[in-house]
Amino acid sequence: MSTVFTFRIDGKDVAGSEGQTVMEVAEENGIDIPALCHLEGIHDRGACRLCMVEIAGSPKLAAACMTRITEGMDVTAHSELLLEYRRTVTEMMFVERNHVCAVCVANNHCELQDTAEELGLTHFDLPRISPKVDIDASHRLFAIDHNRCILCLRCVRVCDEIEGAHTWDIMYRGLETRVQTDMGIPWGESTTCTSCGKCVQVCPTGALFEKGRAVARGSKTRRPFLPWMKVVAEERGL
Amino acid sequence: MSEMPAAARPVRRRVITEEINDEAPRAWAYVCEAASCMSGQAHDITLRLAGRAAEAGLTDVMIKRVGCLGLCAAGPLVEIAETGQLFGHVKPDDVEGIVTALQKVTPTDTRQPQGPFFEKQLRVATENMGRIDPENLDDYIERGGYEALKRVLSEMTSTAVRDEITRSGLRGRGGAGFPTGLKWTTVAKAQGTQKYVICNADEGDPGAFMDRSVLESDPFRILEGMAIAAFAVHATEGYIYCRAEYPLAVARLRTAIRLAQRAGYLGAGIADTSFNFDVQVRLGAGAFVCGEETALIASVEGRRGTPRPRPPYPAVQGLWDCPTLINNVETIASVPTILRNGPEWYAGIGLGKSKGTKVFALAGRIVNTGLVEVPMGMTLREIVYDIGGGIVDGRPFKAVQTGGPSGGCIPAEFLDIPVSYESLIELGSFMGSGGLIVMDDTSCMVDVAKYFQDFCRDESCGKCVPCRVGTTQLYMLLDLITRGEATMDDLAQLERLAVIIQKTALCGLGQGAPNPIFSTLRYFRDEYLAHIVDRVCPAGVCTITPAEVMA
Repeated sequence: MSTVFTFRIDGKDVAGSEGQTVMEVAEENGIDIPALCHLEGIHDRGACRLCMVEIAGSPKLAAACMTRITEGMDVTAHSELLLEYRRTVTEMMFVERNHVCAVCVANNHCELQDTAEELGLTHFDLPRISPKVDIDASHRLFAIDHNRCILCLRCVRVCDEIEGAHTWDIMYRGLETRVQTDMGIPWGESTTCTSCGKCVQVCPTGALFEKGRAVARGSKTRRPFLPWMKVVAEERGL
Repeated sequence: MSEMPAAARPVRRRVITEEINDEAPRAWAYVCEAASCMSGQAHDITLRLAGRAAEAGLTDVMIKRVGCLGLCAAGPLVEIAETGQLFGHVKPDDVEGIVTALQKVTPTDTRQPQGPFFEKQLRVATENMGRIDPENLDDYIERGGYEALKRVLSEMTSTAVRDEITRSGLRGRGGAGFPTGLKWTTVAKAQGTQKYVICNADEGDPGAFMDRSVLESDPFRILEGMAIAAFAVHATEGYIYCRAEYPLAVARLRTAIRLAQRAGYLGAGIADTSFNFDVQVRLGAGAFVCGEETALIASVEGRRGTPRPRPPYPAVQGLWDCPTLINNVETIASVPTILRNGPEWYAGIGLGKSKGTKVFALAGRIVNTGLVEVPMGMTLREIVYDIGGGIVDGRPFKAVQTGGPSGGCIPAEFLDIPVSYESLIELGSFMGSGGLIVMDDTSCMVDVAKYFQDFCRDESCGKCVPCRVGTTQLYMLLDLITRGEATMDDLAQLERLAVIIQKTALCGLGQGAPNPIFSTLRYFRDEYLAHIVDRVCPAGVCTITPAEVMA
């Protein structure tokens, strides 16, 4: 039996069980904390830094998706300062590679675009870095455009944790970081890929897409398998 | 042998002049065989010196390989132990002077003062450096080695050991200065049957070589310190995470581990007690971020070396999710001496909350480049001018950079501030692992900030957005300033971004990356303004494109 903690998020009294994260409890209570690497059903990694929240008494900000709740904690999830930080971090994602919404397959069905809109990011002050990156369209059904990848690694995690194939992983570091299939070989030549398409479904942007279909007609909004997998995992005590 | 890097192999040969009689030798010559002197053919010097001494009929003289003698600027170094005579810039073809000096040594000779570089130091973690053969266990034991471990195992409880460390006031020498006793207690009290001790030897700050010198000069000390730590926190396995760029340190560590295992100081039933502890070496593959403890743990586990958010801290959930103690090389190296001399002795050294001594690597525009250990509370002026011998060519001192890429630059007006964890943080810098880079008026501070930003940009693991993208953005802005193409808006943007990165980055690398910018802006804002407004580089380092003349 786990203990129940009561605490506050943005002044609202909420309750959660021991082991839950701030993000989970916020979601349950209809408090929206922006996030791009977080996805219910797969493990969190606290990398996009959009869900940074203030916790009273702590000098540092904390990632809501990785912070376990404690009794009586006082979380501030929305403030002018946090909004500015989130806006700038989102801007950094936009200027890192080539995000041009107007010509993107995911236009209007993109979580990065939605986040920018929600945070009021209307223009870029930072210069674009735009390194030359490749497109891998060697797979029969799907393709990846690294220009639109924000390295949330949802594809890596869903492939490993849900499908169990571990086709996706990361290579290199810093700005050169790329997601890769099977130790860097073209996706189409991958021997581990089961072509299940889960990676495409979880991709928040247009980086992973189904060939011959606009994302609007694709299945971006339908990810019924993830919460179910989570329930199964909990029932089995995994 | 097969796992040893080729470059380190000759070191293993034992070189001592023929021992003809059993009497104690009349004179010893210590040849520094640490990485810096080795690059000046120190090993050849040992061989030649032994050969020449034999030719000269000196049968009562011993030539010994030792670890770092400290004064790297004058290397390769040879010291005559009896007189304290130091020979610098020795060449393998020119050892006659040393042979003559060896001939003159008489039993009544006493060590003469070797000058302020040596006399003003206080050696704790480095007490055996330059005194023992790093690959000779007997040498280590002769100088009090393993006394502390034996006492700990036979006379003390783990609580008593932790208590002594707490009372000594020792704090983490990796940079952050977390109280070591508290960390040990946290690990000891954490739940779990399996616990680990890790020695963090992934030293990567530009201009820092403290850990390398300790490992190369006195590897047994690390093993003894780790064994004591393991006893205190109830661990049975240890790892030394050393970067692969230190082949000599790795080779000597492996030799030391094998010798210690053979002598019963590692493995099952250490020193005839029921305590078991063994150590393995893990090599880093050149990622700076692997010095961050959670990234280091991931790397030891065989995963990609990227940090994860804390808590949970490694003390609770570390290596393979077990409670893990991670201490820096220098912290562990201080432990045996503290336990041998008593915590009160150690707590009596230092200033305020910063007890004991600190090893610094002097680098940059300083005369006596090398490794020093000084009591906390010594002023920067004493370190730079008395020990360091001042600035090269007698130029004016401009700033000293401490704390590596997460540290800051301290200008001349604070030269008389005593060095401690607190005072450096107050000055906007950071103790860091102990790199001390001295700069004179030929350094442009914007260029220095740019250099460190380039380092952070290059070493970012790419996991979190603020560090991956933000450090590059900072670098681009600094580059703009050094080219004379920036505006005041760019400077404002630089300051705004720096704060956001500091607040939102995942690990210490990203959070600390803007520090060189903060500290250079704090003390050398005029140089930034000179680049932006007057379009000149006061130090003459940056190439500024001439302004377009409006016709």
